[in-house]
Amino acid sequence: MTSKITLAKGLNMGLRKAMEDDDKVLLMGEDVGKLGGVFRITDGLQKDFGEDRVIDSPLAESGIVGTAVGMALRGYRPVVEIQFDGFVYPAYDQIVCQVAKYTYRSQGKVKMPIVIRIPFGGGIGAVEHHSESPEAQFAHTPGLKVVACSNPVDGYWMIQQAIAHDDPVIFLEPKRQYHADKAELDESATPEPLFTSRVVRAGSDATVLAYGPTVKTALKCAEAAESEGRSLEVIDLRTLSPLDMAPVYESVRRTGRCVVTHEAHVNLGMGAELAARVTEQCFYSLEAPVLRVGAFDTPYPPSRIEEEYLPDLDRVLDAVDRTFAY
Amino acid sequence: MSDPASPRSDTFGPDLAEVFGPSHSDGGPDLVQLLTPEGERVHHPEFDHDFSAEELRGLYRDMVLTRRIDVEATALQRHGELGIWAQLLGQEAAQIGAGRALRPQDYVFPTYREHGVAYCRGVDPLRLLGLFRGVDQGGWDPTENNFGLYTIVIGAQTLHATGYAMGMQRDGVVGTGDPERDAAVIAHFGDGASSQGDVNEAFIFAASYNAPVVFFCQNNQWAISEPIERQTRIPLYQRALGFGFPGIRVDGNDVLATYAVTRAALQRAREGNGPSFVEAYTYRMGAHTTTDDPTRYRLNDELEHWKLKDPIERLKVYLRRNGLVDQEFFDDLDAEAKELGHHLREGCKALPDPEPLDQFGYVFSEMTDEIAAQRDEFAAYLASFEGSHS
Repeated sequence: MTSKITLAKGLNMGLRKAMEDDDKVLLMGEDVGKLGGVFRITDGLQKDFGEDRVIDSPLAESGIVGTAVGMALRGYRPVVEIQFDGFVYPAYDQIVCQVAKYTYRSQGKVKMPIVIRIPFGGGIGAVEHHSESPEAQFAHTPGLKVVACSNPVDGYWMIQQAIAHDDPVIFLEPKRQYHADKAELDESATPEPLFTSRVVRAGSDATVLAYGPTVKTALKCAEAAESEGRSLEVIDLRTLSPLDMAPVYESVRRTGRCVVTHEAHVNLGMGAELAARVTEQCFYSLEAPVLRVGAFDTPYPPSRIEEEYLPDLDRVLDAVDRTFAY
Repeated sequence: MSDPASPRSDTFGPDLAEVFGPSHSDGGPDLVQLLTPEGERVHHPEFDHDFSAEELRGLYRDMVLTRRIDVEATALQRHGELGIWAQLLGQEAAQIGAGRALRPQDYVFPTYREHGVAYCRGVDPLRLLGLFRGVDQGGWDPTENNFGLYTIVIGAQTLHATGYAMGMQRDGVVGTGDPERDAAVIAHFGDGASSQGDVNEAFIFAASYNAPVVFFCQNNQWAISEPIERQTRIPLYQRALGFGFPGIRVDGNDVLATYAVTRAALQRAREGNGPSFVEAYTYRMGAHTTTDDPTRYRLNDELEHWKLKDPIERLKVYLRRNGLVDQEFFDDLDAEAKELGHHLREGCKALPDPEPLDQFGYVFSEMTDEIAAQRDEFAAYLASFEGSHS
């Protein structure tokens, strides 16, 4: 069966399917019940699965994640929603010290099948704390897996795969894509494994690495570059921890040039790790240093100038151009 | 600027000196007690229990053995066999009273000091030493005895306890009326932890969902060097009301009262009547850990005062006075304690160090290629030294 869906719908359908498939799956978060979440990702789920499985929580993020740890210890598979990226920090201690370490601490006797959904990234004209990209802070933490979906079809499959996975997954959703583009979903298809990157556009002159909201930007860049006679390969990383570097190395060894783009700060961001790894493994193939396009090392600005802050088509293309200047 | 912990003279709040009394206060009028420090059995209208002679001897034995675990572990640290040890000296009654009130199906979320509760759950005390020796970070299987791993981040486990209790509700093991089935959770923490956000969030979640969890706070008067007055302006048990569930202060050096109160609190939770807060009013006779030096921050006077309330001594007096024990009982127990000490001393020294490559295991449920690659690289690096002499 196929249908045209948005990312919000894909995630909603994926959550529904996961709950149908396994009655140990619970959803918890602020306003996820009757309201269906502030982005409506859990729309209708409480009505169909009841208040015991779709739990409106008190307004306390550490409490949400901390109780999810207890539920996981009891054999449940909690999926918690952090309402906005900038509100995850009260739960940071529970995520980093407990969720990430319980399996290690117990020498594998305890599993932590918890999914922490975080709408991330900017571009929605929001106030402070509603547009952040904290992925590197979680990817830096051993014991957590971190993935980012970029499109409706991946949203549908990746959320189910993350829920079925036995380790904790930080699941990043590009909030500005929630209700944007529609894509054709074939529910009978077989999805790729969760922790894999994917070449989303083949090219031969330079490789652009992106994830979450910047995949769309990178694809637009590739179109624009093509009209100028330059062929860009775009890779949607999808998984940020662990990284799936094989397709990246294969690509960069062919193209000799690599640009990474993300909305997060450049300093010590995912791009830094990607650049280091690509340099280490593709050293003799590189025609230019790996360049990074991301946010400046400033706090997220007032929204009226956020378009001057977020990496856009021109800034990514500019970086691509610079790799040809070496 | 006035010291916020100094007694207030305004009319808005209670006089702190009145609320707390001196730091060696007797716990105030609400303290539930069944056995006085002098070993006199008293009764309480709400919380009481008809202890058999066998039960009483059992509780005494538990406390003596628990103290032995603590004494041996402290000695092992002094001999360099443990890196550190968190002592429980003085808190035996609080832990045994709570530990013995549990049923097998209940679940315990401990701090890092719950050695007596671990013992009650059937965890081999030797297992507790691994974390302090540095050979593991929790060497027991939490599912085996329903005793969670020690949690070092102060108060974090109270949320885990609440979530676990919410899971029990969903499993239909609360309020069924079947004593073999109905279960509850106990969350251990201390007076210092009561200031943590997580503990307060746990109270809110537990109250909101009516979760079957007993918040068991051992108020041992000191959070390392900070006295209880730095954590709270009202007696801790009175905070519970603000969260919407009952709070009770029990003499934490009275194993009978602690048992009776915790038993009632757990039963209330199992029956589906929700959370409660038990403040076990006790005293940390030892240091915070073996690295601490309490002489820098508290008076010997205070210690001497609390020595008179020793949890083991008062039960011993009671047992003797009422002819419930003979010399053979004490001799047998002494032999048992010696045997336990031997087990810990020899067992501790025999605990194997982890291998260098063990650090790569169990980061995840299955090893990732990334970590496997790091392990292999490190293994090759280590192997490169084989046969070489430094």
